[in-house]
Amino acid sequence: MAAAAEEAAESGGGGSPSSARRRLRIISGHLRGSPRAPEREALSLSPCKAQGGSAGPASGSIPKKRQELLKWNGWGYNDSKFIFNKKGQAEFTGKRYRLGGMVLPTFKEWIEKTFGASLEHKTTSRASLNVNDVPPSIVNEEFLQDLRATKISYSQDAEDRVFRAHGHCLHEIFVLREGMFKRIPDIVVWPVCHEDVVKIVELACKHNLCIIPFGGGTSVSSALECPEEEKRTIVSLDTSQMNRILWIDEKNLTACVEAGIVGQDLEKQLAESGFCTGHEPDSMEFSSLGGWVATRASGMKKNIYGNIEDLVIHIKMVTPRGIVEKNCQVPRMSTGPDIHHFIMGSEGTLGVVTEVTIKIRPVPEYQKYGSVVFPNFERGVACLREVAKQRCAPASIRLVDNAQFQFGHALKPQVASIFTSFLDGLKKFYITKFKGFDPNILCVATLLFEGDREKVLQHEKQVYDIATKFGGLAAGEDNGQRGYMLTFVIAYIRDLGLDYYVIGESFETSVPWDRVLDLCRNVKERIVRECKEKGVQFAPLSTCRVTQTYDAGACVYFYFAFNYRGISDPIHVYEQIERAAREEILANGGSLSHHHGVGKLRKRWMKESISDVGLGMLRSVKEYVDPNNIFGNKNLL
Amino acid sequence: MSSDLRYAMKCYTPVIYKGLSPCKPNAIKSAVLQSEQVQYVIKQLAKEMGESPDIIQEEATEILDEMGHSMQLGAVRFFAFTLSKIFKQLFQRVCVNEEGMQRLQHAIQEHPVVLLPSHRSYVDFLMLSYLLYTYDLALPVIAAGIDFLGMKIVGELLRRAGAFFMRRSFGGNRLYWAVFAEYVKTMLRSGYAPIEFFLEGTRSRTAKTLTPKFGLLSIVMEPFLKREVFDTYLVPISISYERILEESLYAYELLGVPKPKESTSGLLKARRILSDNFGTIHIYVGQPVSLRTLASGRINRCPYNLVPRHLPQKPSEDIQEFVSDVAYKMELLQIENMVLSPWVLVAAVLLQNLPAMDFELLIEKTLWLKGLTQTFGGFIEWPDNLCARKAVLSGLTLHANIARLVDGHVVLNDKGVEDGAVGEIVFKRALAILMCATYRNQLLNVFVRPSLVAVALQMTRSFRKEEVYSCFSFLRDVFSDEFIFFPGISLKDFEEGCFLLTKCDAIQTSQQEIYPTDKGSVIVSFLSAMFRPFVEGYQLIFRYLSKETKEAFTEKQLIPGVRNFVFQLLEKGNTQCYEALSSDMQKNALAALVQLGAVKKKKMSNGFTYSVNQEAVNKILDMFDARIPVQKPVAARL
Repeated sequence: MAAAAEEAAESGGGGSPSSARRRLRIISGHLRGSPRAPEREALSLSPCKAQGGSAGPASGSIPKKRQELLKWNGWGYNDSKFIFNKKGQAEFTGKRYRLGGMVLPTFKEWIEKTFGASLEHKTTSRASLNVNDVPPSIVNEEFLQDLRATKISYSQDAEDRVFRAHGHCLHEIFVLREGMFKRIPDIVVWPVCHEDVVKIVELACKHNLCIIPFGGGTSVSSALECPEEEKRTIVSLDTSQMNRILWIDEKNLTACVEAGIVGQDLEKQLAESGFCTGHEPDSMEFSSLGGWVATRASGMKKNIYGNIEDLVIHIKMVTPRGIVEKNCQVPRMSTGPDIHHFIMGSEGTLGVVTEVTIKIRPVPEYQKYGSVVFPNFERGVACLREVAKQRCAPASIRLVDNAQFQFGHALKPQVASIFTSFLDGLKKFYITKFKGFDPNILCVATLLFEGDREKVLQHEKQVYDIATKFGGLAAGEDNGQRGYMLTFVIAYIRDLGLDYYVIGESFETSVPWDRVLDLCRNVKERIVRECKEKGVQFAPLSTCRVTQTYDAGACVYFYFAFNYRGISDPIHVYEQIERAAREEILANGGSLSHHHGVGKLRKRWMKESISDVGLGMLRSVKEYVDPNNIFGNKNLL
Repeated sequence: MSSDLRYAMKCYTPVIYKGLSPCKPNAIKSAVLQSEQVQYVIKQLAKEMGESPDIIQEEATEILDEMGHSMQLGAVRFFAFTLSKIFKQLFQRVCVNEEGMQRLQHAIQEHPVVLLPSHRSYVDFLMLSYLLYTYDLALPVIAAGIDFLGMKIVGELLRRAGAFFMRRSFGGNRLYWAVFAEYVKTMLRSGYAPIEFFLEGTRSRTAKTLTPKFGLLSIVMEPFLKREVFDTYLVPISISYERILEESLYAYELLGVPKPKESTSGLLKARRILSDNFGTIHIYVGQPVSLRTLASGRINRCPYNLVPRHLPQKPSEDIQEFVSDVAYKMELLQIENMVLSPWVLVAAVLLQNLPAMDFELLIEKTLWLKGLTQTFGGFIEWPDNLCARKAVLSGLTLHANIARLVDGHVVLNDKGVEDGAVGEIVFKRALAILMCATYRNQLLNVFVRPSLVAVALQMTRSFRKEEVYSCFSFLRDVFSDEFIFFPGISLKDFEEGCFLLTKCDAIQTSQQEIYPTDKGSVIVSFLSAMFRPFVEGYQLIFRYLSKETKEAFTEKQLIPGVRNFVFQLLEKGNTQCYEALSSDMQKNALAALVQLGAVKKKKMSNGFTYSVNQEAVNKILDMFDARIPVQKPVAARL
């Protein structure tokens, strides 16, 4: 662990053969020196590790008692957060991330300037969960007896239940800080294998209970919220203990993995055998394989590895109707509509995904970050479009607008030497004065190349050549790397904002190329205008980035935050504005969601998105698979 | 002299759109030519006609050269100089609402702006550009009729001052449509300049707002509907003239004496009007209306999402309806903000008291009408300290060509009537009446709702609300081309009419009934008399048409026929409805019959032909005479 942190801190340039591995370590946080780690190497084919009797305790990065490691009222690890130190300077605590322990000298000023926030105006979350507020657990004794007979681990503890009552939408975090959910799960169960899940689903059918599957808890679509009107006992089925890699097939480059494994563990464990899946959603530290399947997740490096639908070879899912799976593990088949597509994106409404066979690749030899500055956003988008057209997108290519460029700049740690600061100054002079870029208009693309060293360098040249045609200037590996780091720490920033009356959220969409610019401009402007109309007293942060390129379009991500001082019901105002922004996206030809999913947050637009008949098709599947609505989280439909 | 020059040479740094990247008129033209939209149509046409795209491209270039403006500050300054000279000669003063200009200034910076002035005179667009120049605002590009290009030098001068030229009809010409639409949209999207055009399509010869044309409006709305811009501001502008420059020209034209072709020499001849006085011009710049706000909640799902945006696409019915609603809304705003001069009231009173009226009575009635107009929401320019006598007198002075004071009586100025032949007398009288009507007409759209209730009350001779309403609704349908009604809200219009009549104590209403009050009969009969020329005129025209036996006729063939018919009746003294001679009314009546289904309109290669369903026309005539209750056919139509 120490080594990983050190290496991460020391790394300046990336670009070395070991950087791939290093990045893995950075993103997977530190490896606790788990005593069970060696066992993991012996891959077991035994059908269920619980066979022997009592369920063995978890051995993944995230413990059963999540609250021991993770914040109960915010994002991520307990030890990692932004604070203002005694000097009033921003600092990121902990040692898990590259930014850990570093002072960010310009961050405070940026917050004050951007939001009109001030360190003097602070709100505080309640310090800990008030157990007395928590709705009581109502579980039928007969069910408990049956459950005990299965030897499956369970808990009715208030903290365990609250932790699984929410995802990470703004309103959910706000409730944790200042209130309490009206409805939470009555009981949490921890199956450790497929058979356990079969038993639980059978019991739920027998006793007419409601099951809500829980993977990594990183949902941002209200998918995990319990329907208030649910009268049955709600069982939170936590898949986190089903986290083994069952086998690796090197000939076909596939691995069969239990669905509860979280991204960082999956990559870490595959890396030990020299493989990776390459699926890296921004939430990969915490989100689970089953969750990715259930929401149609997308990973940062999809240009090389594909999105979840491209990666999955086989899915096993337990439904009230029985088990659904295919009879073979083949790259493609023509057997009517692909049943995987009923499962992917079903958001826990049909059953529990228990095992997934996923494609794997050898860990790439070489990784290199990069960045390009463009004189403006329009040129940047044009460049990305050209890169997509030539189908030469690197593993990742992202374009941030000016506001986000400045945001990233504010997160620049204190420079160690005069020499670096001199160099920075020189760079800035070159770009703004010599090349005439306006620092308030320019924008930046960040790049990540991966593969054979030689090919990476060749690829890099090709991409930079295209960028040059669109007025782009190479801006170094450092800027690129910082851009990607931002992805992982940005969720922590929201918690800091919440302490100072700033609330915010991100949302995403996909859009055809020719509408990217119009959509970005209109949605950002709509947000600004709605804020004004809703009485928000300070100009909001309304910014976007293009995060994925496809042949026919792009994925666009928006960040939106504002200072809510002077507003009595900030969450309501926030939700109205977010809703308006979504309306704007749809009116501009964007999709309801590229990868976050629908959940309950975006249900109202489903009919418009997929037509009446389309919705009916999904409904009839639900009716057949789960006629008694055992999987009653009310998502999607 | 030197002050005009200094004004023309003043430092002009207009307020412009925030997102504007400045470019030259020629850059716009080449952007249009190279646009996906135009290129797509060129390729399509090339394929269909088996021609080389280059030839069609060439054609597109020619169209663009004919159409495009080439705004130059020099030309603008030239106009500023000459116009300030001419305007000073012609008009006493020009009044503008300052806060409107300020609102406009903000709007121009924020979003693309479309200026929608009312159209009564050629002076309209000259004056508006002049005004924007004076206020240091971005000069508009103006959609002008191609006939201006027939004027040597002047056409080119207008072009340099920002006019672009559209052919009168080009529905069938896809290339022309594509080039024109793209030209307008390119300027709008880039915020190059405010775009100005006339919803009414042409100058209203009657000073009554014409029903809107939708083509250009739908073009300027498209960039927003396709979300190529965040929003677009539509700015209704009401320009009213105390005395309209073209008043006598219009009257001749309405009576069938053809309009002179626009020519430079014609313009030079017209310079004698320079010695005349045309009073005051009022310009009211309305509140900019956000198209986004208008569309919100109306168009749920963007119908453009499923087709690439550069493909020409016939707007869906939804969108067409929306465009039409917006057009009517804008015209209603123009009407609402239109400044009315006291003379308008005088004209309205005078027309009901021909041939002569006691001066004192005229003053009294004018004052009375002023109160009524204000109750109905009319916007009268009448300073508090101005006494009625003075107001009427000054109106008479300014309009000495229409009416004059003789021995304490006001009479129409139809000199030579006594000693002419009968035909000549009728013609002269008609001229004077039509000119006078031009001023009364400015009141009509303010009065139309309560007045049609009043007419309906008299026609039905019933107090049952239901019956009055169905008669109102019938009249509203018949007059839908004559006056401006927001589409589809007949009941709301009726209620508004009743409300206004109640407000001035003319009627009392209960759940089921409407009674004129004792005091109200004066108002009711005044209002119905105000609209009598239309009721009678339409009846005359319908009567003529009910006897029309020709299988198919064109509008051009019909009009002289109706005119002769009415003329003969007038000569014989069988009617007093001079206004039925107006070709404008005749056209509107024909359009009404088409809409009511009593006349069939067919598109032919050289225009439209019409054929009459005599039975249906007779039925409508019967309804006017209240020989059959209106209710049934109305219900059937609904």
